[in-house]
Amino acid sequence: MDKHVKMSVQNLNFYYGSVQALKNVNLEILTNRVTALIGPSGCGKTTFLRCLNRMNDMVEGTRVEGQILLDGENIYAPEVDPVQIRRRVGMVFQKSNPFPKTIFENVAYGLRINGSCSKKEITVRVEKSLKDAALWNEVADRLHDSAMEVSGGQQQRLCIARALAVEPEVILMDEPASALDPIATQKIEELIQELKKKYTIVIVTHNMQQAARVSDYTAFFYLGELIEVDRTEKIFTKPNIKRTEDYVTGRFG
Amino acid sequence: MTAKGHLEGKMTTETHFQKELQELKENLLKMAAMVEEAIRDSVQSLVKRDSELAQKTFEFEERINKLEIAIDDMCLKLLALRQPMATDLRFITSAMKIITDLERMGDQAVNIAERAISLNQEPQLKPYIDIPRMAEITQSMVKDVLDAFVNRDSKLPRSVCERDDVVDGLNDQVVRELLTYMMSDPKAIPRAVHLMIVSRCLERIADHATNIAEDVIFMVDALVIKHHADTKENGKGDSL
Repeated sequence: MDKHVKMSVQNLNFYYGSVQALKNVNLEILTNRVTALIGPSGCGKTTFLRCLNRMNDMVEGTRVEGQILLDGENIYAPEVDPVQIRRRVGMVFQKSNPFPKTIFENVAYGLRINGSCSKKEITVRVEKSLKDAALWNEVADRLHDSAMEVSGGQQQRLCIARALAVEPEVILMDEPASALDPIATQKIEELIQELKKKYTIVIVTHNMQQAARVSDYTAFFYLGELIEVDRTEKIFTKPNIKRTEDYVTGRFG
Repeated sequence: MTAKGHLEGKMTTETHFQKELQELKENLLKMAAMVEEAIRDSVQSLVKRDSELAQKTFEFEERINKLEIAIDDMCLKLLALRQPMATDLRFITSAMKIITDLERMGDQAVNIAERAISLNQEPQLKPYIDIPRMAEITQSMVKDVLDAFVNRDSKLPRSVCERDDVVDGLNDQVVRELLTYMMSDPKAIPRAVHLMIVSRCLERIADHATNIAEDVIFMVDALVIKHHADTKENGKGDSL
């Protein structure tokens, strides 16, 4: 069956100062699958997501216990460079945040910083990333226009293209469509279904129906604990745990 | 290209959901084709007195039942995961009902085949005239209602409902005739009873085809004609 594990979270405990935000979380993220994290506000799903690429390192006073393996190697090991992790595990945020540069330069940015690509290679990779993000057809004739001038949905896909340019293995998405209208949301959701063929995707969403539409596996968090994780169709048709059922049927949360 | 052009371009590309709906439709038609063949074979096994053909019907039944379960599961999954609306919602709920009727039709075909095997072991009671006529009309109803489903045609199903009355009439005729045989010769009773049951099975198949016709009309036009709902007086306060 589909059991190749891309990331393995083991006994993860996370603290903001003295407040424990995640309690003993164990979870496997499978390769080339979409895993959705759902749960009521404050349940720890975004905190958990940000652990997967050490974004929480940027926050003062945080502490991590346990380990997170990426292809079997602990990303929190002392000798690991978090910047290298973030190249392999990219992130797309709720509010799209294109740089105030041209469309082309937004996507090329990461490649330029690495310095390893020739001008020609950059052009090729920018085009590929925009195509993979289903944006190429819409911007091919205006790559040197400002990224600030395109629509919200296009900006979000631009941010996805930017993340793809550095050829990550995992893409983390924090409520990627919550600021978008229904049609733009649908395009992002279709894109996610395409992207999983090449990447592993973890998506946080407060919209259960989106999790149902888009993901292969769904993990339900509540008050910092992972309550249940299973194939999405199982979570939404016959979850094992009552608390999960109460949540997905809208009885609380 | 304008944004509108891109939007239109994107709409012609099938989404994953649309592919799943197409797969559901194809599986339903696969099940329907098996049911059609099972009915045909079971009737032929009687009319041609071919018990081997009756055996074929039994093989179909197992496959038909498996497909019903698989399609049911598919529909549940689509309802849970895709939040279908409007025409997609009606399509999926109609599919769930249609497969139930199809499965029952498969059961009736098996009943006919079983009766055929018994009848084929005895001399033929009488020339089979009305039963083949019933079978022909019933089979045409089944074919038409499935064509209507494929083509999203809400006119064709109405003619299917009309033919149900003809089949009912023929069933009554068959029963009346067989009663005379039974009354004049007690030795004819077992065979006559088998034949009455075959006639009843065909009448039931026609009823199921009518149910499917009503489901297709609902699916296409969102109109409920079940139980003659469309002919009841719709008074001023009478809305759904």
